[in-house]
Amino acid sequence: MSLRAASTFFYRRPNWYLALLLVPPLLWFGTVYLGSLFALLAQSFYRIDDFTAQIVREPTLATYKQVVTQPANIDIVLRTVTMAVAVTIACAIIALPIATYMARYARGRMKAFFYVGVMLPMWTSYLVKVYAWRLLLAKEGIIAWVLSKVGLLGLLEALLSTPGIGGPSLSSSYLGMFIVFVYMWLPFMILPMAAALERVPGSLLQASADLGARPAQTFRNVVLPLAVPGIAAGSVFTFSLTLGDYIIPSVVGAPGYFIGMMVYVQQGTAGNIPLAAAFSVVPIVLIFVYLSIAKRFGAFDAL
Amino acid sequence: MTAAIEFREVSRVFGDVRAVDDVSFAIEPGEFFAMLGPSGSGKTSCLRLVAGFDSPDRGQVLLDGSDVSSVPPYDRNVNTVFQDYALFPHMNVLQNVAYGPRVRGVSLAEREQRARAMLELVQLAAQGERRPAQLSGGQRQRVALARALINQPKVLLLDEPLGALDLKLREEMQIELKGLQRRLGITFVYVTHDQGEALSMADRVAVFNKGRIEQLAAPRELYTRPATAFVARFVGSANVAGSELAKSITGTAAPFAIRAENISVQSDSASAAPNAVIAEGAVVAVQYHGAASRWQVKLDAGDVWSALITEEDSRALDHLEVGARVKLSWPRAAAVMLSTASSG
Repeated sequence: MSLRAASTFFYRRPNWYLALLLVPPLLWFGTVYLGSLFALLAQSFYRIDDFTAQIVREPTLATYKQVVTQPANIDIVLRTVTMAVAVTIACAIIALPIATYMARYARGRMKAFFYVGVMLPMWTSYLVKVYAWRLLLAKEGIIAWVLSKVGLLGLLEALLSTPGIGGPSLSSSYLGMFIVFVYMWLPFMILPMAAALERVPGSLLQASADLGARPAQTFRNVVLPLAVPGIAAGSVFTFSLTLGDYIIPSVVGAPGYFIGMMVYVQQGTAGNIPLAAAFSVVPIVLIFVYLSIAKRFGAFDAL
Repeated sequence: MTAAIEFREVSRVFGDVRAVDDVSFAIEPGEFFAMLGPSGSGKTSCLRLVAGFDSPDRGQVLLDGSDVSSVPPYDRNVNTVFQDYALFPHMNVLQNVAYGPRVRGVSLAEREQRARAMLELVQLAAQGERRPAQLSGGQRQRVALARALINQPKVLLLDEPLGALDLKLREEMQIELKGLQRRLGITFVYVTHDQGEALSMADRVAVFNKGRIEQLAAPRELYTRPATAFVARFVGSANVAGSELAKSITGTAAPFAIRAENISVQSDSASAAPNAVIAEGAVVAVQYHGAASRWQVKLDAGDVWSALITEEDSRALDHLEVGARVKLSWPRAAAVMLSTASSG
């Protein structure tokens, strides 16, 4: 069949054409992507035999019970969720003015500069950035040094002596870990937010002003509600990335375990695949809960 | 009487484009004022200056006698109906209409009551709970109108408000808008590129070209006595004789315009009526419009002119084909002398 004949064939049969385009990626998505996810989920309903350390392949909720009842495991979940929420809120607060500027005010070169500037950190190695941050945050690191030069070391020490977030140095405190998380995931909040704001027609802002709204009112009543789908999308990134990460908590910060570390440890050295699987279900459930709350509050109404 | 809107030698420059070039005019309270011109002629820039979305580089914009050149839009008693309607997609129709009172601190009960009254006025009382996306173009247009009128502005600005509607709806809305303006008695400033719309609705029309006003006059005067070649072409789609062509036709180099419906077409051999002006040429095309036909004739001097002939007269000329030699003739008095200043 000639190319022309093939073109005609598919032009007359758009469904075949669609099938040709979609079947390979859907096969990949269905088997490799979702398939492995379901395999993982299935594992979480097995349990490990405490004596033989063998996986018992019988459906049971024992492993989940372990996650939600053992105080150490509850601590891990709460610690991770608290961090994820804090990181998400901080990212949203920092990203909003930047995204607003990028989408509404920056033009030409300035706009390109900002987009590249936001994405540039994502082009470098994740590990390099984490270890660089460890040095920056260290007791003899540049942040402590600068603060001592400007006479604000007392402030840092006061912060580090705060129970819960403090520690001997920034690099070994939850505060330091929080800073690194925010740095890492900020682009994932800025970009969807800027995309949402770019889609708001300028005439809506003019209409708001025209009807008597001061800039702050326009922001609250028009810009913010229309940015919410972008904020929701960005927060899903920052929230889930924080929930699942195991490198940042193991390189920077206080010694307490995070969900990601737990998954890593349980499926590796401990060989407890069911527990690892059960822990990895936790972020999935939390994201579902988060999205349904967001939906209830109308986060996606403007879509 | 203080003018509702006054422009005093206003200029607005973007880069090297003079969007508004030393424009002065005044609009009386209660007037239906149209700004007519092709895109990029400066009419929308003028509207933005009135609304406050932009401020002049030179000159003054006065509302009700006071200079508002540096007053932001939210402090002006002026409201706008936008070309794309600019309805808030995340609010329902009632909330959209109630937005003006809301940001001015009117209580929920009162603003909803006022919004319902406005929706009543534009015959959308039943649609209050719907989202803008669920409405037809014509309905959105009415919501935009209700939203702009709820603040009881002294001046309503309309930026090509009917541009997105189909012809029939557009004609209905023209009548409705005109009736609304008469009833409310507020000043309407209506920006359009459609000369029919401007002529049929406005009390006065300002014709814009290249950032300047070519002519400001009542519709009839604009149509019958265009001041410049640009106005003659844009408003009446008239045939324009520049000074060279005028000299070859009449013997004097005074430019003039002659509207298509004033020209009659005769076959080459027919003898002209006394006191008629004649130009000869060849038929380029004949467009049938039902009640009338438009004959495009290429004059010997090179210009293509058009003549609008009644169906009856056209039928008598049926034997003439494209390329046939014809005489165009018109009564001397029908020609309108133009000022030489215009370049259009």
